[in-house]
This record gives sequence, C-alpha cells and structure tokens, in this order.
Amino acid sequence: MDLLEFARGPALQVAAYILVAGSIWRFVGILLLKEKTDFSEPRKSAGIKSALKVIYTRSFTADPFKKATLYAKIMGYVMHVGLFAVVFLFVPHIVFFEGFLGFDWPGLPNSVIYVFGVATIVSGFALLVRRLTSPVLKLISNFDDYFSWFVTMLPLATGLLIPVRLGIRYETLLAIHILSVVVLLVWLPFGKLGHTFLVFLTRGTTGMVFERRGAKT
Amino acid sequence: MTTVDGRHELDREAERLAYKPPEVRHDKQGDMDSKERIDKAMWNFLKNFNTQTASYLDGCLHCGMCADACHFHVRTDDPQYTPIWKIELFKRTYKRNVGPFAFFYRLLGLKRKVTIEDLEEWQHLLYDSCTVCGRCSLVCPMGIDIAGLVSMARHGMFKAGLIPHELHEVAKRAAETGSPLGITPDKFEDRVEWMADEHDVDIPMDVEKADVLAVMSSIEIQKYPQSIAATAKILNAAGESWTFRTDGFEATNFGLLSGNPDWQKAASMKLIDAAIKIGAKTLVLPECGHAYMALRWMGANMYGKPLPFKVLHISEYLADALNSGKIKVKKVDKSVTYHDPCQVSRRGGATQAARDVIRHLGVEFREMEYGGDYNWCCGGGGGVVTITRADPLRHRVFKLKMDQVEKTEADELLSSCANCRQSFDDSQQHFGWDYTMGSLMEMVAENLEEGKS
Repeated sequence: MDLLEFARGPALQVAAYILVAGSIWRFVGILLLKEKTDFSEPRKSAGIKSALKVIYTRSFTADPFKKATLYAKIMGYVMHVGLFAVVFLFVPHIVFFEGFLGFDWPGLPNSVIYVFGVATIVSGFALLVRRLTSPVLKLISNFDDYFSWFVTMLPLATGLLIPVRLGIRYETLLAIHILSVVVLLVWLPFGKLGHTFLVFLTRGTTGMVFERRGAKT
Repeated sequence: MTTVDGRHELDREAERLAYKPPEVRHDKQGDMDSKERIDKAMWNFLKNFNTQTASYLDGCLHCGMCADACHFHVRTDDPQYTPIWKIELFKRTYKRNVGPFAFFYRLLGLKRKVTIEDLEEWQHLLYDSCTVCGRCSLVCPMGIDIAGLVSMARHGMFKAGLIPHELHEVAKRAAETGSPLGITPDKFEDRVEWMADEHDVDIPMDVEKADVLAVMSSIEIQKYPQSIAATAKILNAAGESWTFRTDGFEATNFGLLSGNPDWQKAASMKLIDAAIKIGAKTLVLPECGHAYMALRWMGANMYGKPLPFKVLHISEYLADALNSGKIKVKKVDKSVTYHDPCQVSRRGGATQAARDVIRHLGVEFREMEYGGDYNWCCGGGGGVVTITRADPLRHRVFKLKMDQVEKTEADELLSSCANCRQSFDDSQQHFGWDYTMGSLMEMVAENLEEGKS
C-alpha cells in the first residue's frame, strides 16, 4: 500500500470514525447532564422556533458592537465562507463526496476556488496576528486556540500546493493533503473546532431561555 | 536624579496623574483552611453544571469580543476584565471535572487544578468588576450568557468565604434582619406612617386579604422614602385592593448578589409566603432591577413550582394601568431620557413597559444612543455599589454612562431602579455632575390626574 492508498483508505476511514464518535461523545456528554425545570411564568412561548431564530440572528453583530468587532468579524466571515466554498464547492471534493453520498451538486471553477483558498489563508493569518498581539487574546488563548488554527490552515496550504507542484509528485502531494485533512477531522470534535456543531446548542439554548423572558437575544 | 521605585505602574488611562493601586484586597470570611475553601468552591461550582451551563462553557471560542462589550474593559483596556476571563476558574473546573473530555484534560495536565491563590485573585474579577449587566452576553457570537455564568461562579466564591467583606456584611445583615440596611418590620411601619402623614395618603398595612401585595426595597425605604408614598398614591388611584406587609416587604435579594443560594431562597420565600397568605393575585415589585430577576425569573424556581400569583415590576404595572385607563396622568412638558436597569430591560424583557409609561406622560422622549437593551450599565449593579473598595473603578466606568446621558441633552433623567439611582447619586456627587437621577414611578405619582387619585 503506498502513501496515497493509505491516506485515502484506512487513515481517512479511521479519522471519520473518530470524528463521528468524538462529536457524539461530546454532544451526549453535555446533553446527559441534568437540566433544571424553569417554573417561572413565561412572557412568551419559546421553543424550537426561538432556538432557530437566535442560531440565525447571532451570525450578525448588533449595531453597538459593529465598530469594535469589525476586524475580527470581517476576517471571521471570510474564513468561514472561504472554508465552505473550498470544502464543498471544489469539483474534485464534490466528486469525493459523491463517492460515498451517491449524489453531487454544482461546483465553482477551480480558479475561483483558488481565490477563496488564498483569501481563507490570508484571513487565518490576519486572525492569528490578532491573537498574538491583542492583550485580551494573549491572556485568554491556550494550546487549543493555536493548534486548532494550525490544523485548519494545514489542509488549505497543502491543497493549494497541489497545482503548484514544486517538483513533487502529484500523488505524494495529494496524499499529504489528505493526511492533513485526517489530522483536522481527528482533532475537530475535541477542541474549539467543535463549535461546528456546538454553535447550534449554545445559540439555541440562549434563544429558548431569553425569548421565554421576552428579553433581548 | 531620583527615579520612582517601579513597584507600581503608571496608570495612563486615569483622569488625573495616577499610579495603579497596590495589590488588590483578598477578603476572607470564616476560618476554613485553604483546602476546605478550595473544596467548597469546587463543590459549589459543580452544582451549577447542567446542560445549559455545560454547552456555554464548552462553546467558548476565545474570540475576545466580549471584552468590547464590557464597560470595565472598555474604560480601562485591562485584559483581565474580559468577561469570559472572569469565569475562567469556573470554566476550568468544568473542563477538568465534568466536561465530556475531563479525563483527557486531567490525564494530559491541560487544565490546572484551581488553587487558593487563583480563587483569591478572581474575587476582584467576579465581584468588583462585574455588575452582571449582561451586555457581553449580547455580543458573543456563540450566544453564551456570560453574565449568568458569573452569578453561578459566585456561588462557589461565597461558600468558600471568598467574597468582598462589604458585600458579605450587607448580605449577612439582610439574612439576619430581613433587610440589607437593617430595616426591621417596626422601622418599616414607622417610615410608612411617616410618609402617609407627610404626603397625606392612605397606606394600607398588614391587611389580611388583598389582591395586590406591594413591596419596597430597603434603599427606597431608607434613602428615597417618597417612593413609598408614590407607590401608595398610584395603587390607590387605580382602585386596587392592596397592602404592604410587615412580614414580607423587602424586595432586594443580597443572597442572589453575594452568591448564597440559601439566603436567596429565604429572601424570596418571605415575599412568596406573604403573597400567598393574603391571597394576592399580583405582587408588584418596586423600582429595583435585581429584585425583578430574583422574583420574576428565579422566584418560582426557589419555590419549586409555579407561583400562584403574577409578579410585575412597577414599570410593568404602570404600563398596564395606563394602557388600560385604570390611571391617567397629566402631560408633562419636559424632555426626558431613560436609563434602563439591566435586570429589568436587557435581561428581564420588560424594556417596553417604561417606554409605554413615558409615552403616556407625554414628554419629549430622548432615547440614548444605543439605549434600551444595549444600554450601558450604571456600574453599580450586581452588588458592586456596596463594595467600597471598588469605588474608583466604578466611578471610572460611570463616565460611559455620563457621556450617554449628556448626548441626549434631555431636561430630566429617569430610571426605574433604586440601586441604579443610588449609584447615579454617588457618582454624581463624585464628579459634581449636573444630572440628578429621578424616578419614573415618582413622575407618574406626581402627575396623576385629579379625581383619579
């Protein structure tokens, strides 16, 4: 078995198992804790609709905070939109997903994806600079913040290197790229990258609790 | 040339030339040893870890945006005042002991055990520099309610005997005498009689059966007793069957502010028992922010089942009474701005009530820039106004509020919280400021239409 076969085969498979098992473990670990009943008389009925509302609305910054959070917010948007485009709208990725999902969807031209890829890396560095220079972020950051940044950037960098080649065999570059994705998938459920799924829980909870009071969400 | 010794840093942000104050005071109550304090803190942190808090504590991205919403950080640029950092020990305890990956965190030594020095250091962050105003909870991209977590983290601090002495004293007095200012039922009765005479108003006391139980805050009884008369005038004008009770009159809840759930429950139960005893359909809370949080949103949970009566903040009562025509007010020819008490508006959901009342008063209403739910806090909430050692910081933070108010150029400044009022009065005195905080309820009482009062 060569490196590419290993990366595509057992490595990716094990990573997928860890991703799913780790995510379920984390989600269930939180949901299995006791939940207190709230006996206060609700001002408004608040259910799943309130949760969905805040899951959507908290994607945007309220006016009073726009100026102060502008830099991080713009870079954050570029990073998230960029990652989405690169992961799900790049044609070779769609072909890969089709392999186990059984259906495909339209992608974007490769040149556009490269632009997204570069923009995502640039925003990643912009956010890293912020983390390394802001006194607030220097204080609150830990290993998870830097490692999660690293494993997110790695597949982007290795992916962008494939067309550049640098005199290395295509198969080797592809194998390295896939292995970097393996690292990302394995780490995702354990650290802050878990916000991929936790965001629905935290925003949803706040939606239900605060809408019930009729308070600002 | 001599140089300064360098032990204290120059405070470049201060209004006047100043060096940062020396080491912060670490107060301790009781005579527990360090191990016992740590154990108590841990155990009482742990009690709060349910699905809601766990998702919040697991969800933080360390983006730091909460710092931009916090008045303490905005005014000082001191990173330690980043809201999520204030609950760092609480978060660490969760991750180390309860979270889904607690085992790995401990195995790999990724989360240090909380030490007594940590707890001592965090006293300043959890008490002196957080008013639980919840502005940070609105900026968090993950939607984490950081302010709620601060309140819970205080449980561990209180039980470990690690809270500021001033707040502890006040809370203890409230638990022992029923009032943080030591107002006994007899004294309350005296003050009520005095106000009844002074303002020539009937004030029912200890009526056995009534539809409405009205309660007051000690701050009003002591510092703003005219509030007692104003409450009576309004309830009389509305034709309510109502009463004050000597067995349940204190609305403030220093158990909640200091972080002692036992005292919190005892204070709430006094009001709940009194309301049930007289068969009240409604309990009207006074102009007090945290009293609203304590009884309106936490009261039933202290009671363990839904309350058999409605709980209204006085601004909600006034809005209902004015909207339904139960009371009428004369138009007031003034421009007015309104300071929203955080626990009533932003966190309590009653933001609109005060605006309804203001509309009925017919004043020219000048909303502050980013007023209402995004209002800057007065800086004295969450018990901070009682912590004397925190005064310099609180005054510094108040500048934000002064700017917000001054920009409106309104004739009058009103609010609906005696605790805010107290902290405004104090800061007004400190800065020699022009604006005096007034009471929304008192403005209504003063302008009740003849024949209806």
